Amino acid sequence: MELKAIEKLLDRYFEAETSTAEEKELRTYFSSPNVAPHLEHYKSLFGYISQAGSQQFEKSIPLKTKRHYAAWISIAASVVLLFGMFTFFNTQQPSQEDLGTYDDPEVAFRETQKALNMLSQNVNVGVGSMHYIGEYEKTRKTIFKK
Amino acid sequence: MNQSDFIKVISPFKDRVFRLAKRLLVSTEEAEDATQEVLVKLWNNKNKLEAYSSVEALAMTMTKNYCLDQLKSKRATEMRIVHSNYTDRQPGLQQQTEDRDSWQWVEKIIEKLPEQQKLILQMRDIEQYEFEEIAKIMDMNETAVRVALSRARKALREELTKTHSYGIKSN
Repeated sequence: MELKAIEKLLDRYFEAETSTAEEKELRTYFSSPNVAPHLEHYKSLFGYISQAGSQQFEKSIPLKTKRHYAAWISIAASVVLLFGMFTFFNTQQPSQEDLGTYDDPEVAFRETQKALNMLSQNVNVGVGSMHYIGEYEKTRKTIFKK
Repeated sequence: MNQSDFIKVISPFKDRVFRLAKRLLVSTEEAEDATQEVLVKLWNNKNKLEAYSSVEALAMTMTKNYCLDQLKSKRATEMRIVHSNYTDRQPGLQQQTEDRDSWQWVEKIIEKLPEQQKLILQMRDIEQYEFEEIAKIMDMNETAVRVALSRARKALREELTKTHSYGIKSN
């Protein structure tokens, strides 16, 4: 490129009137080996500008997924708790059902009779109290005759 | 949006975010932390990203604000100055060291610029953003961006000319 054009571009560059394409032209001119001596001191400027854009970000990006973990941990915990309760009550049940057995049929018969006797006595207590109701009905009938 | 989608969205501009952060914070470690912070913030709001026309512009604005906050806070006093490792180049060792030396000069001069000019210079000259994009990120109008950029470039020119003719010409 002509020296005059470069000088003009430079002037416009310092007035911030150049386009990105024109600035690219300047950068290529100053990266070439034959820069005019009186423009030599701009070489470092454009050289710096050209290489400064090559630096890269190399660190990893810590994208947090902690919130997900918390949700999954709570789900796992509730499952474990439910399973624990389930197995706990399952193992407890048989000992409650075991009410004892009698090996001798005679003893078993006696015990059954005793149990049934106790039951019928209690039922009779209930039936006895029914007499009061019958008495009450009788008096009511004598007073309210139709 | 899952992780791989997100990575796809941010990978074109994550280096730019890093470089912008480094321009302001100078230290590489600080800039890395800032970049992570901005990217994590984007990830946490990943469901709202679709509402933005340009995620890149959003990320750059966030970086700018985050870094300026950092500079304002006390942490800025702990800042270290670490220079970048320049990429390997073809020219001989002598030329290489000379180049490095002159680039470091440029970097030092840029460091002295006010924050706003640093930001604009970084986005225009190094990342080659259009004025429209810079205006959006900086929340300024285009004319103001041009004026600030022109000032930054002229300040660079002045300093460079001074350094270049140091000991040769008497000012």
